[in-house]
Amino acid sequence: MTEPAIAPAESTSGRGPGGAGPASTSLGGSSTADRIYNGVITLFALCVPLLLLGLFFEVGAAGWPALKKFGVGFLFSSNWDPVREQFGVAPAIVGTLATSIVALIIATPLALGVAIYIAEFAPTWLRTPIAFLVDLLAAIPSVVYGLWGIFVLVPIMRSTVMPFLRDTLHLGATPFFAGPAYGPSVLTAGVILAIMALPYISSVSREVLLAVPRTQREAALALGATRWEAIQGAVLPYARTGIIGGIILGLGRALGETMAVTMVIGNRHDLSASLFAPGYSIASLIANEFTEASGDLHLSALMAAGFVLFVITLIVNAIARWLVWQMAGGQRSVA
Amino acid sequence: MTDVMALPAPAVVPLDPGTGCIEARAFSFWYGEKQALFEIDLELPKRAVTAFIGPSGCGKSTFLRSINRMNETIPGTRKTGDILLDAEDIYDARTDVVGLRQRVGMVFQKWNPFPKSIYDNVAFGPRINGERHKATLDEIVERSLRRAALWDEVKDRMRESATGLSGGQQQRLCIARTLANDPEVILLDEPCSALDPIATQKIEELLVELKRELTIVIVTHNLQQAARVSDRTAFFFLGRLIEYAPTEQLFTSPQQERTEAYVTGRFG
Ligand SMILES: Nc1ncnc2c1ncn2[C@@H]1O[C@H](COP(=O)(O)OP(=O)(O)OP(=O)(O)O)[C@@H](O)[C@H]1O
Ligand SMILES: [Mg+2]
Repeated sequence: MTEPAIAPAESTSGRGPGGAGPASTSLGGSSTADRIYNGVITLFALCVPLLLLGLFFEVGAAGWPALKKFGVGFLFSSNWDPVREQFGVAPAIVGTLATSIVALIIATPLALGVAIYIAEFAPTWLRTPIAFLVDLLAAIPSVVYGLWGIFVLVPIMRSTVMPFLRDTLHLGATPFFAGPAYGPSVLTAGVILAIMALPYISSVSREVLLAVPRTQREAALALGATRWEAIQGAVLPYARTGIIGGIILGLGRALGETMAVTMVIGNRHDLSASLFAPGYSIASLIANEFTEASGDLHLSALMAAGFVLFVITLIVNAIARWLVWQMAGGQRSVA
Repeated sequence: MTDVMALPAPAVVPLDPGTGCIEARAFSFWYGEKQALFEIDLELPKRAVTAFIGPSGCGKSTFLRSINRMNETIPGTRKTGDILLDAEDIYDARTDVVGLRQRVGMVFQKWNPFPKSIYDNVAFGPRINGERHKATLDEIVERSLRRAALWDEVKDRMRESATGLSGGQQQRLCIARTLANDPEVILLDEPCSALDPIATQKIEELLVELKRELTIVIVTHNLQQAARVSDRTAFFFLGRLIEYAPTEQLFTSPQQERTEAYVTGRFG
């Protein structure tokens, strides 16, 4: 029964099942203590969705005056003028989505590379330190990222990265990389977000990859796969749904991030196809204006913007879950 | 340890010369500091089934996994001695491990199909060999499934996930997946230990069928199974080869006391 993969016990004879499991406990919940315990736990469990619902309606209600006044124009107009009490959040919606997409495009391959290296190639003694350091990226306060962005990333983007993309790679011919390189921009915010989302994607992917049964790797190797073919053909497909879960987590992180984005996105309420242009994100819009919101309608518009962000997050998550579900369909693992 | 050292020399009934397909010469194997195999000398005949028997932990799997060099994927292992496949040293520095594993297929104790479709499972080996031609792949898949006696059961559900099959079907799928590489040798490590008697019987029949073309090595704890399917049987004990003889002889008139004790069920 002992599989060589698992360091086997000393036994050289006798192959009965391993030690007895933990003493069986009643799960029926027949005693009073059990019932109380059950009730309390259920209450706790219900608290979270209730909180979510409460938040949803509270924010929705607060934003209602603005939503009613501007209708769909609130979503599609790019006119944000607190003085004339005109409010449309299209640039912030676009900015939010664009920065998150840029972040995922940059972070996903990097994070996967790190995860694959740690799970498959790194010598055992190196695994923990690398994993620890990558996870540490998640522990850095976002304002520190923001400062780093202002003082280090923005100058690099302005002097090197943006000219390189636009002129050297001739991407300036496309609308996405055209225009002057100020530094603070949607692209810069995306890069910061990529660094911030990376540890989430990478640590989830790493755990999922490490959890792929050894038998799957061995099956591929025994069929004559090289190490890389085994990873590509057996390990990654097995881990696919979990990896997507990690990407969703990273996306969630990117969509809601406020501080670091506010510090490097440029905070300009304009629609532009170019990633080089300064932009806005919903979260930074709220953070910037909330304290000085003058009129009731302005406040309500900010609440409505928050509500929109809420709904975007829900929709994105629903789509992502649907994707996972589609992929997992009929592909439940054997183990 | 001293007890082991004092074991008498293994009783090995020699094969006809020239029929050896796999040959181990003084093969020893270590997991870190722990020696798992001691100087195994063994010649496995072509186109026959050889069974490895012995109590748990005696090194059967270790030896089996040395024949396709799967064990070297475990860090900290080393070996001495040689294993030859058709007179070529498989541990030679010039040996292409990937090619070796295509020639020497392996089926594991716990069936391990990939969570992909039945078709993609069987086509895995040919695809990593660079076969892209759809019609050729179709043909290989069908032929392999037929050889594994699974075709009739799955021919209408090639695109369905392999993990939806029964345990016995999954194990035969793993055999088909191995056959798709057109190997010369198949190594099976307790392939039936988790299967019911009917599924087991199907696999045993399959092995008897396959041995007309292939060299088969099977590790089993089921002595009846060894007796039913194998031509020759090797008895391992504490990392040593104790006795190796035609199956009938090993079961009816074992030369070594330990073999006799094991096959008559007095220990193990
Ligand atoms: N990955 C490993 N790391 C360390 N020691 C191992 C490993 N695999 C096997 N061993 C040791 O090598 C010895 C032989 O193990 P092996 O798995 O070859 O035995 P086996 O005869 O196949 O046993 P079983 O009938 O239980 O499968 C055992 O003592 C075992 O503890
Ligand atoms: Mg074994």
